[in-house]
Amino acid sequence: MSDHDHNYDGDGISRRKVLECMTWAGTGVLWTIAGGVPRSLGIVGSAQAAEASAFTFLQISDSHVGFDKAANPHALATLEEAIGKIKTLPVKPSFMIHTGDITHLSKASEFDDAERIISQSRLDVHYVPGEHDFIDEEVKLYRERYGHGTKGAGWYSFDANGVHFIGLVNVVDLKAGGLGNLGVEQLAWLADDLKGRSNSQPIVVFAHIPLWTVYPAWGWGTDDGARALDLLKGFGSVTVLNGHIHQVMQKVEGNVTFHTARSTAFPQPAPGTAPSPGPMKVADDKLRSLLGTASIIFKPGEERLAIIDTPLQG
Amino acid sequence: MMFLNLRAGAIRLAVFAVMTSQMSAVHCEEVSVKIDNFTFEPAQLTVKVGTTVTWTNRDDIPHTVVSAGKFRSQALDTDDKYSFTFSSAGDYNYFCSLHPHMVGMIRVE
Repeated sequence: MSDHDHNYDGDGISRRKVLECMTWAGTGVLWTIAGGVPRSLGIVGSAQAAEASAFTFLQISDSHVGFDKAANPHALATLEEAIGKIKTLPVKPSFMIHTGDITHLSKASEFDDAERIISQSRLDVHYVPGEHDFIDEEVKLYRERYGHGTKGAGWYSFDANGVHFIGLVNVVDLKAGGLGNLGVEQLAWLADDLKGRSNSQPIVVFAHIPLWTVYPAWGWGTDDGARALDLLKGFGSVTVLNGHIHQVMQKVEGNVTFHTARSTAFPQPAPGTAPSPGPMKVADDKLRSLLGTASIIFKPGEERLAIIDTPLQG
Repeated sequence: MMFLNLRAGAIRLAVFAVMTSQMSAVHCEEVSVKIDNFTFEPAQLTVKVGTTVTWTNRDDIPHTVVSAGKFRSQALDTDDKYSFTFSSAGDYNYFCSLHPHMVGMIRVE
């Protein structure tokens, strides 16, 4: 995919088209590449084309502040580049979500650096934690900074422009041999949070690890993610935004669109293409084409939200 | 001179005697497990009671070594090590609490 990849189709997308887009990859991974979908004009053009009643929010993920290994010795600098691009957007997004792994090692200095850079966007940021944000000795630094007003390990919901946003935590209390985990307490909270809500209200769920099973051999999925999706079944428009896998991947199933965002720190290999999911070292001049952020455009009346992934460099 | 040499020899003998008596009581073996490419290598290991196992993280991503109720490392950054001495027999299943698909087992006999 070149400059910008996205899944938006102004006319909606037919079931047949969705099926056409699906690709079976080797070991049973079902995912769609945004085939049959018009190429983007780029984030700038798309944002300008959005109607006044629409709104845009951004997704940033996997900053891994503190990472300094071969795959990108300057993870803080590439985060700063991403924020720099966000600052120049002609239409200011309503807010930003961060889908976790803000830091690499949960050090106070890493959280401080992340905050210093991300706050330059001058946007409200709604965070969910990644597993890298919970590895300080007392497991308190993330919660001190971002846990206010959240439940349990940091889950919460809020409404914006008529859309209901749900931030979930699937990186704690992981079980040996398993994948990401939401847990019964969080699922009960989610059921309660959705109770009595009109099923015509668009829902955006965001969490660090993909809620759907991308590639279990690398731990890319959430054991009880299907239970969360069951609770969302009745809703007409559900968008699930994740990070963790440091690459764009997408799947559409019924009224649910699943999407993962790029990292701003380092790329990871496509499922099964390397011995492990560890940081992928690429040529220096290619790195920025594999890092980036996502822009999500909501238009009232449209079933699916437009998701535009923009790399740091085309 | 002769006297000195004899004394040194006697000390050496005494030290050797102490060492052998300790070794017969416990096994002070040291065994290594590498963490590489999101796997514990070797994933299964059989050791004697008293053995110290040292895990070394060779990945560019932090990992942990956790056996529920038995032992738990801090997050190990690249090249960090964690050691645990097994003082009683049994099967110790462990995993990485950050990447739980990474599992391993130490059998202590």
